[in-house]
Amino acid sequence: MAFEFEKPIQELEEKIGELEKYAAKNKLDLTKEISFLEKKVTDKKNEIYNNLTPWQRVEIARYINRPTTLEYIDAMFDDFIEFFGDRVYSDDAAIVGGIATYKGTPVTIIGHQRGRDTKDNIKRNFGMAHPDGYRKALRLMKQADKFNRPVICFIDTKGAYPGRAAEERGQSESIARNLVEMAGLKVPVISVVIGEGGSGGALALGVCNRLLMLENATYSVISPEGAASILFKDSSLKEIAAESLKITADDLKELGIADEVIAEPQGGAHNDKDTVYGTLDGVLGKHLEELSQLDRDALMEDRYQKYMDIGVYEEQS
Amino acid sequence: MLKDLFSKLNKKVNETNSNDGTFENSASIMTKCPNCKKILYSKELYKRLNVCTNCNHHLPITSVERMEALMDEDTATVLFEEVASANPLEFPNYGSKLEKDQQKTGLNEAVVCAEGEIDGTRTVVAIMDSRFRMGSMGSAVGEKLARSFNYATERGLPVIVFTASGGARMQEGIISLMQMAKVSVAVEKHSQAGLLYIAYMTNPTTGGVSASFASVGDINLAETGALIGFAGRRVIEETIKEKLPDDFQTAEFLLKHGQLDRVVDRNDMKDYLGKILRMHSGV
Ligand SMILES: [Zn+2]
Repeated sequence: MAFEFEKPIQELEEKIGELEKYAAKNKLDLTKEISFLEKKVTDKKNEIYNNLTPWQRVEIARYINRPTTLEYIDAMFDDFIEFFGDRVYSDDAAIVGGIATYKGTPVTIIGHQRGRDTKDNIKRNFGMAHPDGYRKALRLMKQADKFNRPVICFIDTKGAYPGRAAEERGQSESIARNLVEMAGLKVPVISVVIGEGGSGGALALGVCNRLLMLENATYSVISPEGAASILFKDSSLKEIAAESLKITADDLKELGIADEVIAEPQGGAHNDKDTVYGTLDGVLGKHLEELSQLDRDALMEDRYQKYMDIGVYEEQS
Repeated sequence: MLKDLFSKLNKKVNETNSNDGTFENSASIMTKCPNCKKILYSKELYKRLNVCTNCNHHLPITSVERMEALMDEDTATVLFEEVASANPLEFPNYGSKLEKDQQKTGLNEAVVCAEGEIDGTRTVVAIMDSRFRMGSMGSAVGEKLARSFNYATERGLPVIVFTASGGARMQEGIISLMQMAKVSVAVEKHSQAGLLYIAYMTNPTTGGVSASFASVGDINLAETGALIGFAGRRVIEETIKEKLPDDFQTAEFLLKHGQLDRVVDRNDMKDYLGKILRMHSGV
């Protein structure tokens, strides 16, 4: 069990283990008692997992064993060839990208890449990109536009890296440039939030025709911890902040920002990765098929309209 | 008309700010420059658009004052004043904060948009105002800016946006983040129509505004001494465990690092913009 809120389940499962051991040792038939407890485990799981709080989803979204971009690419696409570098300064390993075939069609794939362990996380800078990462992403998007390939983006980042070098090399400009250039792409763009979608650093891969979100993924203008300390002057109020900010996949669907929510196995994607790849595959395929009906100008117009429609304001007379 | 709005707004501003002696014109007879500490006649200071006559420090100027200084007389019409903020997430205390800032500034939101002439060139101008919710961008600001670009695209006009913002309006959550994308799609349409967009960054331009339309003008200008950056200084210092230089994230710092076309003194603003607009008006 990975999380504190799963403790009641773990305790019941441990009890079952003890009973089984005791029964075997003493040659007793405790089938009835054990199946009673197993039923309790099922009930407990339903109770906890069907009522996850926004903060618990944040914990799941950040979990180290949750599948990352490279795992999705590996499982869902064929012939992936990774491309490196922004042609200006460096190769930023916090963002990966390249070309692959998807159901026989060439596509460009770009995504934030978190580390899968401590060492990997240092290499990947915890999935927090410098301008070089966003510029590599942009280079691959423009390449996709030229060769008429759909662009598929995986979003999984706490945010853009807040560092000195990042500012010196134009962190703001690199994100801003991606937003306007993505707005102008004349190929299908589908973005999938697979983990944490943190602010501008997430949006830099997120100006799309279709926004898909995994059930336990989150997408927010600021981290719950940040919002708690700025808005409530108390970082321990992160759970309330997570609630107030409306950051879950269902929230975004309801707000008209996410187009579809991808169901996850009970307790989160890490519990059954293959099922998640399969579910996402079905949804992604459907949206790509729909978008393939639009011509190049219509694709840009579709994206323009999607964002022009987002916003809640009053119109006073 | 712009004039009516200006007189209405200026009146309100003077009434509400008569005691704090900061930067509004005629707020008090004398004003102390926060940089060189010299005591200046407020009237003289205002004539120089709130730029210190002694040390060239740029004191704050309101959106309405800037609009008046920039636009040719009797040419401007205010746009989209009917768009105002709602409280989409029912965020606690957001409504009362909006009301308070409306009272304080006389503005309905953190950006004022207008169409008018600058040295004879018809232009759409949007000026953000950091006194209103720190110039943060929520749905209303996003809508007003996107409409400004769309309006200019339909009429073949250039756009100038004066940015002044702490970033996204957090009380509107993810909707505020999406306003960065919303303004960007409108900027891109305007750009594909071959029209000129000048981004003019003023103090402060940070966070989500810095990381969207503020940084992608055909020409990026910034006002002398303006703070411009993505992440906050404190956050960066905590992250890299290192003290940052004093000029970090100033307009001059950005110029040195190749992020700007020019740093402009406020009193040269109209002259520069007029010339640039003229050189693009034959297109
Ligand atoms: Zn001075």
